[in-house]
Parts: sequence; C-alpha cells; structure tokens
Amino acid sequence: MNYLAIIISGVLINNYIFSRFLGLCPFWGVSKQVETATGMSLAVVFVMTMASAVTWVLNRYLLEPFGLDYMQTIAFILVIATLVQFVEMVILKVSPVLYQALGIYLPLITTNCAVLGVALLNITENYNFLESIVNGAASAIGWSLAIVLFAGIRERLAFAPIAPSMRGFPIALVATGLMSIAFFGFQGLFRGILF
Amino acid sequence: MKKLWNTFSNGIINENPVLRLVIGMCAPLAVTTAVVNGFWMGIAVIFVLTASNALVSLLRKVVPAEIRIPIFIVVIATFTTVADLTLKAIQPEIHAKLGVFVPLIVVNCIILARAEAFASKNNLIQSVADGLGMALGFTLSLLILASIRELLGNGTWWGFNVLPASFEPAVVMILPPGAFVTLGYLLSGLNLITGKSGDN
Repeated sequence: MNYLAIIISGVLINNYIFSRFLGLCPFWGVSKQVETATGMSLAVVFVMTMASAVTWVLNRYLLEPFGLDYMQTIAFILVIATLVQFVEMVILKVSPVLYQALGIYLPLITTNCAVLGVALLNITENYNFLESIVNGAASAIGWSLAIVLFAGIRERLAFAPIAPSMRGFPIALVATGLMSIAFFGFQGLFRGILF
Repeated sequence: MKKLWNTFSNGIINENPVLRLVIGMCAPLAVTTAVVNGFWMGIAVIFVLTASNALVSLLRKVVPAEIRIPIFIVVIATFTTVADLTLKAIQPEIHAKLGVFVPLIVVNCIILARAEAFASKNNLIQSVADGLGMALGFTLSLLILASIRELLGNGTWWGFNVLPASFEPAVVMILPPGAFVTLGYLLSGLNLITGKSGDN
C-alpha cells in the first residue's frame, strides 16, 4: 500500500513538472517533438532510478556514520555527474542502438535538477532503500508523462495562429499552467480512494 | 568604469536570466508564492553567484581546461552549502519553506553558465560585477513575480494586508498553475513593450 501511494503520488499528484517545479529546463528545451521527448524521458527514468539507489547508499553508509550530512549537496552532485558518465560508457559498450537513441540526452541530465532533487527528497522523506528506488522511478515516469504530453501539445501549437508577443516561451508557459490545473484534479483522487 | 557598469547592468536588463534568457526556471517558479520567500532565495543566489564568479575568476589561470567543469561544480556546490547552512541558522522558517530549492542552486543553469561564459575568461573585478548584476537581475524578477502572485493570491505584500477587505483572493495564483501563467503573461507583456516577437 505504501509503495502504491508513493507511485501514485510521484506520477500524478506531486508531478515533478506540474506541482514540484523540478526539471523545467529540459522540459521546455527538448519538448518540441514527441520523438525527442520520448528519448529524453527514457534517459531520465534510467538515471533518476539509478541515482536514487546510489545516493541512498552513499548517504546511509558513508555520510551518516561519519556525521558528514552537511556534505550531501557536494557529494550527491559529484556522484550524479560520475554516474551519468558511467552510464553513458556502459550503454555505449552494451547497446550501441540504445546509445544512438539516448546518447545526446545523457550529458544534459547532470544539470537536470530533478535528479539532484529526487536524491535530496528521498533523504528528507526518510525513505528506505526500496522506497527510494520506487520514488525515483515513479517521479521520473511522472516527469516523462508530462514532457511527452506537452510535446504533443507543442507540435500542434507550432501551427496555431498565436499573437506575436505570445509566441515561443509565453505560450509554452501558459499551456503548462493549464496542464498543471488539470493535474491538480488528481489531488482529490488520493484522498478519495486511498484514505 | 563604463565597462564595469555595462557588465553590471547587463544581467539586470539586457540579459536578465529569468525574464530575458528564461534559464534556471525551477526556483523562480517554485519559491515565489510569497515575496519574503523570493527575497531570501534572491539573497542566497546573490551570495552563491558572486562568490563563485570571484573564485572561478581567481582560479582561471591554474585550472586545466579539460577538467574545468567538475571544478566549477565543486566551487558552486561549496558556496551553495555555505548559503544553505547559513540560511538554516538565521531564518529557519524560510529555509523550511524554500526546502530543496536552496541546495538545488548548485544545478541552477545561471550559475554554471556565468562561471563558464564569463568568470573563466575575465578578471576578478569584472567577474564580481557580472555575478552581482546577474544575481540582482534574478532577484528582481523573483520579487516582481512574487509580488504579483502574493497580491492576487493572498491579498498581501510581504505578509501585510494591502488590498481592501472586499478583495477576494484568487488562490490559484499561489498554487503551481498560477506560477506558470503569471510568468507566461509577464514575458508576453515584456515582448509587447520591447516590440520583440517571442519566437525563438
């Protein structure tokens, strides 16, 4: 039940884009086409799940025993940057096809604040190892859902007659706001069904 | 002196990180539910950006080009931790409200962008001026955004009641959707004033 709550909360209710404001740079940066958005999503799901696992172990077995909690930010960002590099090399060796699909998005992910965000939130929420991984994956899936849906809208927006001053970022922001209102409706779902 | 002023004002007006370049958007949208939150977030960014620009500028001749990005990240992460712990000590309530967004300054694109694009190529004084200007531009946009949202969403400014009691606050403005829509119309309004099209 607890895991179900984490999944629903991560994917729909506390969606990283629409309610937590994490990972917005790539959200607007690579959402011009559904295809690129899907590629980025796969890479993000992969890295966020891995990062959740690695940072949890790092925090529990290295930082906490030595009282180094205040080093969290520095330690996590270094581990995430290394992890991304490592994942990139492994994928290149193991599956060149997957590398072709994800390759260009991987380096971008280091500066995606959703990755460091999920690592820090796992610690503040006091999740155990498995809960952290589930939370990392669920949050990443929620992020992916948002970016793929938004890319679909944006493909249509490109052909819509929009006032000159609203073109580009302004209309993207307003559209995100409207989607955010729609996702706000999921807040009731949690209260209605699970509790 | 004129060059120094140009460097400083560039970040506030021409290349305002939030309102013109539209980068590093997570924190500006998340923390602007109240003016006081936006203000403290701005102070934290002013400290981190100015300090990291200064240190990166001082280190620019000794850092090997191949590993400069990891070094910049460590520098930024160090100052972010200092800002995080200081804010926790002097303003515990605000720190709790800003939550994860203070440590997340480390992955804010603006900071790394200025280290890479400006501080690693310019002398100390220029870099400090650039960092200060960019950070003040960032803070200014946060205050504008937060003022609109707090006024319309709560009827207050910095916690003080400024609108008549008959004003019905629109709560949606301090909820996440309000952040996106407010910034969208703000950018559109700026495009109208400057006569630019938002196309990019």
